[in-house]
Amino acid sequence: MAEKPLTLAEKIWQDHLVVKGESGAPDLLYIDLHLVHEVTSPQAFDGLRLAGRQVRRPDLTIATEDHNTPTIDIDKPIADPTSRTQIEALRKNAKEFGIRIHSLGDIDQGIVHVVGPQLGLTMPGITVVCGDSHTSTHGAFGALAMGIGTSEVEHVLATQTLPLAPFKTMAINVEGTLREGVTAKDIILAVIAQIGTGGGQGYVLEYRGSAIRSLSMEGRMTICNMSIEAGARAGMVAPDETTFAYLKSRPHAPTGNNWDEAVQYWKTLVTDENAVFDKEVFLDASALDPFVTWGTNPGQGVSLNDVVPDPDSFSDANERAAAIRALEYMDLRPGIKMKDIKVDTVFLGSCTNSRIEDLRAAAKIIQGKKKADNIRMMVVPGSQKVRVQAEKEGLDKIFKDFGAEWRFAGCSMCLGMNPDQLSPGERAASTSNRNFEGRQGKGARTHLVSPLVAAATAIRGTLSAPADLGEN
Amino acid sequence: MEKFSTFTGVAVPLRRSNVDTDQIIPAVYLKRITKSGFEDALFASWRNDPEFVLNQAPYAKGEVLVAGPDFGTGSSREHAVWALRDYGFRVVLSAKFADIFRGNAGKQGLVTGQITEAETELLWRAIEENPGVEITVDLTTKVARLKDISVSFEIDEYTRWRLLEGLDDIALTLTHQSAIDEFEKRRPAWMPKTLPARN
Repeated sequence: MAEKPLTLAEKIWQDHLVVKGESGAPDLLYIDLHLVHEVTSPQAFDGLRLAGRQVRRPDLTIATEDHNTPTIDIDKPIADPTSRTQIEALRKNAKEFGIRIHSLGDIDQGIVHVVGPQLGLTMPGITVVCGDSHTSTHGAFGALAMGIGTSEVEHVLATQTLPLAPFKTMAINVEGTLREGVTAKDIILAVIAQIGTGGGQGYVLEYRGSAIRSLSMEGRMTICNMSIEAGARAGMVAPDETTFAYLKSRPHAPTGNNWDEAVQYWKTLVTDENAVFDKEVFLDASALDPFVTWGTNPGQGVSLNDVVPDPDSFSDANERAAAIRALEYMDLRPGIKMKDIKVDTVFLGSCTNSRIEDLRAAAKIIQGKKKADNIRMMVVPGSQKVRVQAEKEGLDKIFKDFGAEWRFAGCSMCLGMNPDQLSPGERAASTSNRNFEGRQGKGARTHLVSPLVAAATAIRGTLSAPADLGEN
Repeated sequence: MEKFSTFTGVAVPLRRSNVDTDQIIPAVYLKRITKSGFEDALFASWRNDPEFVLNQAPYAKGEVLVAGPDFGTGSSREHAVWALRDYGFRVVLSAKFADIFRGNAGKQGLVTGQITEAETELLWRAIEENPGVEITVDLTTKVARLKDISVSFEIDEYTRWRLLEGLDDIALTLTHQSAIDEFEKRRPAWMPKTLPARN
C-alpha cells in the first residue's frame, strides 16, 4: 500500500518526532533552532539555575537584543533602568550558559527574526522556536516555526524538545500576478481580513500558488510573519530555487557535500499531490489593491481605494461591536475615504518589513521627492547588517535628504518598549504587524501598511499609494 | 522539582476569603526579570500593616498557609506562586482554590490541599491557641495533622503523582532522555549550528 500523502507541515512534524504521545499525551518534537531575546528569557534561565540544569544544546541556540534596545545613541548606557536590567540579564545569562549573543553595536545585532535568516541559520525542513509570537516568520523557508511562552523557553533550553499538541492544516492559495505597487504585505493583510484574526486558530498555514512562488524571500517572510495575526500556530512556504539561492552564500549555510545532501532533502519538502488540507482558502492576487487597516486589529482592513466601513455593514454582532469601538478609538467616521486620512508619523521597520528589500522599495519611491511637512518619518533597519548594507547602497542618504530619521536596528516603534513611541492621539502609517489599542504608545492610532504605501504617505501626508504621486 | 511526600512546617492562619493574586503579589513586582527572590513581594500591601499575620513573630517563618475559601482568584500571574514559594510556603490549605492558581502551583511544587470550611475553622482555632505550632502534611495519605487534629485533604491525582515523583514538565520530558539522545544521533550533518559562530 502506498504511504499516506502528507502536507509539508506534516512531513516536518513526522521527521522531528522524538516520542509519539500515547493516550492523549502530546507528541514530543525535537527543536533544531532556538532563538532568544531579552524579554521572554530571564525567568527561563532563572528556572534552569533553580533546578540546577544546563542548556542542553548551546550550539543550537542564539541570542540577540532587540525589543528594549534604543535606536539612537547606542554607544551610551541604556537610559531606562528596567530595559537596561533586562539587557544586562540576557548578557549575563548568555555568558553563564555558553550561548552566542549579538549585543547592541555588534554587526549581527538586530530583530531576532531578521538575524536568523540573515545568518543562514533558518533553513528548510527544520523546527524553529523563539519566545516571540512572530517566530512564524521563519516558515518562509519551509521551516516549522512557532512562538512559545517563557515556561516553554525553559523547556527547550533544558531538553531541546517541546511537547506539542497536533495541529490542523490550511492551504492559503494565492494565484495570479500582483499589479504594480501591490506587495506581499497587501496579500497578507487581505488574507487576514478574509479569514479573520481567529481564522487560523489551531492551524498551520501553507501559502501556495503562483503569486507566492514569484515572491522573494523577503516577501515570503513578510507573509509568514503575520500568520500569527490570523491566530495560526505557524505559516509556511515550500522551499524552492528562490529559497536555495537566498541561502547559498549565507554564513551558516551548509557547504560541500552537506549542501548537496541538504538540497536533495529540501526538494522533497512539498505537499504531496494527493494530500488533503483540513481547510482551503483562495485569493486572487491580480485583483488586489494596496491594503491598509482602519481599525484596531489586523483583520480590520480594506483596499486603500475604499472607504472606512460602516459598522452596520457587519452582520456578526461581535464584529459590529468591535468596529464601533475601533472607529471610536481611531477617531474615524464611516464613509471617509482611506486616502483622505491624514497621518502624523510614518514608521518603516519591524520584523514584518525592515529588510533590505523593504528599504530599497521605499527609498526608490521617495528619492528626489519632498516629505510632507506634517509628517515625521522614522526608518529602523531590521538588523545592523541591513543598516550597513543600506548605507553601502546610499539608501541612508536618500532617507536623510528626504527628512526621515535614520536609526539603529531593533523592534523600535512596533511595540514601543524602547523610547520610540507615539504620543496619545498621534496617527501612524506603520509597516509593522499590530494595530492594537496602545500598541505603539498610549492612545496612539496605527494603520498597517506596506513599505510602498508608507513611502507614498510620507510624501503626500495622507494614506497614499505610489500611483497617487503622479509626475510631481 | 524536589519530591514531596511529607512536610512539617509552621502553620499560618490567614483569616481571609477571596485572596486574589493581586493581593498575593501586586502588579508592580511583575517587571522583575527573575523567577526567584519574590519573598518581599508576597502580600506586599498587607505587610505594611503591623497587625498582619506574617508580621507577628510566631508566624514570620510560616510554611503551611491555612487560608479562607477562593484562594488565588483573579489574574493568572504565576508570580503569585513564586512569591509564596520564595517566602517559604510549601503548602496552602483552603476550602476552594481558583483553577489557574492551582494549576500554576502544581507546576512549581506548591501543594494545594482542599479541605472543608469547617476544617479550616478548626485548624485556625488550633493554630491561634498555639501560635508557631507546626502542621504535618502527608501527600501519600492526603492527611494534614496538627497535634491531635487530623484532616483529610483533596488534590487531583495527576498533580499528586507528579509532586510525589518530583516531576515538573521538564523532568517528565527528561524521562525520555534516551529517546532524545537517539534522535540526536540521527540528525543530518547539514542542520544548522550556531557555534562556532560565523559572520
